[in-house]
Amino acid sequence: MSQTIELASAGQVVLDLIETINDNRAYLSEIDGAIGDGDHGINMSKGFSQCRERLLESPSLPGLGESLDTLGMTLLEGIGGSMGPLYGSFFIGLAETFAGHRQLDAALFGRALARAIDEVESVGSAKVGDKTLIDTLVPARDAYLAALSGGADFSAALSAMNAAAERGWQSTKDLQARVGRASRLGERSIGVLDAGATSCFLLLKTLATSLQKRL
Amino acid sequence: MNRVINNPDLVVEDMLKGILCAHPELVSAPGNPRVIKHRGAPLAGKVGIVTGGGSGHEPAFIGYVGENLVDAVAVGEIFSSPTAKSFFDAIKAADGGAGVACLYGNYAGDNMNVKMALKLADRAGIAVKTVVANDDVASAARGDEAKRRGVAGEILMWKAAGACAAQGGTLDQVIEVAQRTIAQTRSIGIGLTSCTIPAVGKANFHIADGQMEVGIGHHGEPGISVSAIVPATEMARIMVDAVLGDLPFKRGDRVAVLLSGLGATPLMEQYILYHSVAELLADAGIVVAVPLIGNFFTSLEMMGVTLSLLQLDDELETLIRHPCSSIGLNMPGAKA
Repeated sequence: MSQTIELASAGQVVLDLIETINDNRAYLSEIDGAIGDGDHGINMSKGFSQCRERLLESPSLPGLGESLDTLGMTLLEGIGGSMGPLYGSFFIGLAETFAGHRQLDAALFGRALARAIDEVESVGSAKVGDKTLIDTLVPARDAYLAALSGGADFSAALSAMNAAAERGWQSTKDLQARVGRASRLGERSIGVLDAGATSCFLLLKTLATSLQKRL
Repeated sequence: MNRVINNPDLVVEDMLKGILCAHPELVSAPGNPRVIKHRGAPLAGKVGIVTGGGSGHEPAFIGYVGENLVDAVAVGEIFSSPTAKSFFDAIKAADGGAGVACLYGNYAGDNMNVKMALKLADRAGIAVKTVVANDDVASAARGDEAKRRGVAGEILMWKAAGACAAQGGTLDQVIEVAQRTIAQTRSIGIGLTSCTIPAVGKANFHIADGQMEVGIGHHGEPGISVSAIVPATEMARIMVDAVLGDLPFKRGDRVAVLLSGLGATPLMEQYILYHSVAELLADAGIVVAVPLIGNFFTSLEMMGVTLSLLQLDDELETLIRHPCSSIGLNMPGAKA
């Protein structure tokens, strides 16, 4: 098994992310409906679909970095609410770390993930435990980096990231929302998964499996 | 869901078409249909006033673009913040070289999108300062004001700041006026029914028949208490008590009162409530210098009302009375 991915030929990873969001449009809105507006799936699907159109407009699919940048910019420009700036910053953070590189290896992905999450944290104010997508992101990053320093290869580290993302996502069920609109619900927000943490898990899972397929 | 719409996914687009059709003084910004500006904006040398927020609150936010008021607004989906790009494009559309005051409400999405828009504005060399409205007393305890939501009191902030900018105020002066206005404003809402986002198709939250929710937010955020509906005189007492004690307002104060329906409350009932509010304020020795009653800041078809009180000083009273014209607010004396 190879330990690197040719960035120029991996733009399909972004199309896989888009497909995941579109496939889960109704599920994400349903989760959001329990303690939010019920429009998370609709908004996400709208932004991701706009990106799909932009990517397919070009004669050949751009590389992974450029496709992620298009995704980030489309979300920033196309969907408002909280998800536009949060996911926009996340994907632009990944793209900016990949810029100037031809090969994606385990270390570069680790740096990109860390930077992308720094960007998300600088836009929003949430911390781990606040019942947001940060509860998925931070444990996923920590598990990925811990696996790498423990000697795991790229694919194994991605599996560790995926498993931690899932646990982080599930942890939001018993949390009380402390930021964002659901925080207004106080204790009534306990017992339901957070919609942003859910879409975030689905995206990280797809990112992991789609990259693993290319190793 | 019985509604006067076409495609539920396109209600914002369709509304904007109608507004632009009916109001030739409003135009969309070049390249961004989600930014609406006054035809005369930007005015060279004048501080630009920008706001923005989710749709469904009409006439807010777009209805306060006008003469001596807001220069440009960013328009979001229903109950959802406009994009960072739209806030930035609104800032550009309002920039007459003297800086831009971005005056908006305290919501997670708006905070994030404005933050990103400020980065873009900084790169473009536009001086922008912000004031974040937090007038809703029900959304966090006293002492924790930074966590409070912005509600209908935002209109008074735009009014005073817009008048200050129109009279040649500098960016710092406009920001100081906006800050002082919102710091001296307190609001509270009561909701009696829920509302439905057309694209979602079912009620956004639930209030049982015969119940009312005191302290409800503009998107149905839960309030302080749910109880059986009481007569308007008693609603007035609950609302006046909640705002008076919080600032606190005191005997001898002059105030602007803004009583807004939330969308489905007949004007008749708003005046029924206002009469009780006015009596209670008179009993407390508070003088109503400017009464504003009507659908100023709504939540789709929610039944309910909000009450906002602004403690005036001489300067703020002059600014609030300054002539203005817009869809949502008119003070006599402004040119059309």
